[in-house]
Amino acid sequence: MANDYTIVRGAGRVRGAGRAVETNKVLKNTYLLLSATLAFSALMAGVSMAMAVPTSMYLISVIGAMVLGMFVLPRTANSTTGIWVLFAITGLLGFGLGSILTVYLQLPHGAQIIATAFGGTGLIFLGLSGYALTTKRDFSFLGGFLFAGMMVIVLAMLANLFFTIPALALAISGAVILLMSGFILFDTSRIINGGETNYIMATYGIYLSIFNIFISLLQILGIMSDE
Amino acid sequence: MGLFGKIAFGILLVMMLVYLWPAFRQWQEHGTKARQGDWQAVVLPLALVVGLVVLLVALVR
Repeated sequence: MANDYTIVRGAGRVRGAGRAVETNKVLKNTYLLLSATLAFSALMAGVSMAMAVPTSMYLISVIGAMVLGMFVLPRTANSTTGIWVLFAITGLLGFGLGSILTVYLQLPHGAQIIATAFGGTGLIFLGLSGYALTTKRDFSFLGGFLFAGMMVIVLAMLANLFFTIPALALAISGAVILLMSGFILFDTSRIINGGETNYIMATYGIYLSIFNIFISLLQILGIMSDE
Repeated sequence: MGLFGKIAFGILLVMMLVYLWPAFRQWQEHGTKARQGDWQAVVLPLALVVGLVVLLVALVR
């Protein structure tokens, strides 16, 4: 009996060690790919700013990226093609972002607003990721709440698209920051606890959270600085 | 944003709702439930995020 128990415990330890190695691999690959996609986005934003593309490009880029993210990425995420699709999505989003940044740079304190939003986004991401990684708590209970919140925000965005209420736009931006912060905790905890084993999809989730936090922060700071 | 842009973006948002619906249903029906102390562990960092955003707004004003 004692031997059986030892063997089972030993097997559990081997399985546990195997899972830890697998988790660390997914985590490492996710952060590597995230760094590369963020750098590529920044490059594409720079290209877009140099070309001075009109702001309508932002909408076209977002639509293109969302179509790729919803219909192409889930079908290619288990192959190397998924990496190229992810770079296409993040490149498109970066290119669209460039047109928005060009508008902000024309404002009197535009550069300060962009730098503040950039720094704030970095702090939020590093802080929340560090928190999820060090506490190792399982945040999967947030799933239902986050997806419900996403649906409410999409409905609010749909309403504001036609009613155009500035206060609602501000409220939506604030809610997006909180919701995406929750998604960073949720996605990081899923990687740590083995809920997400595909690093391409994990990178996509975290990238979208960072992108949305940056855009929303930019909008809030732009409105609140009276620019 | 022009009317055409609004309609295109509106269609995309509706598509997103359709896309999100199965994930929402799945998490509502089969998602794990919060245990004692779980919500506290989320509220604290989110409160810090709110504090940071307020600080950043004060910086640019």
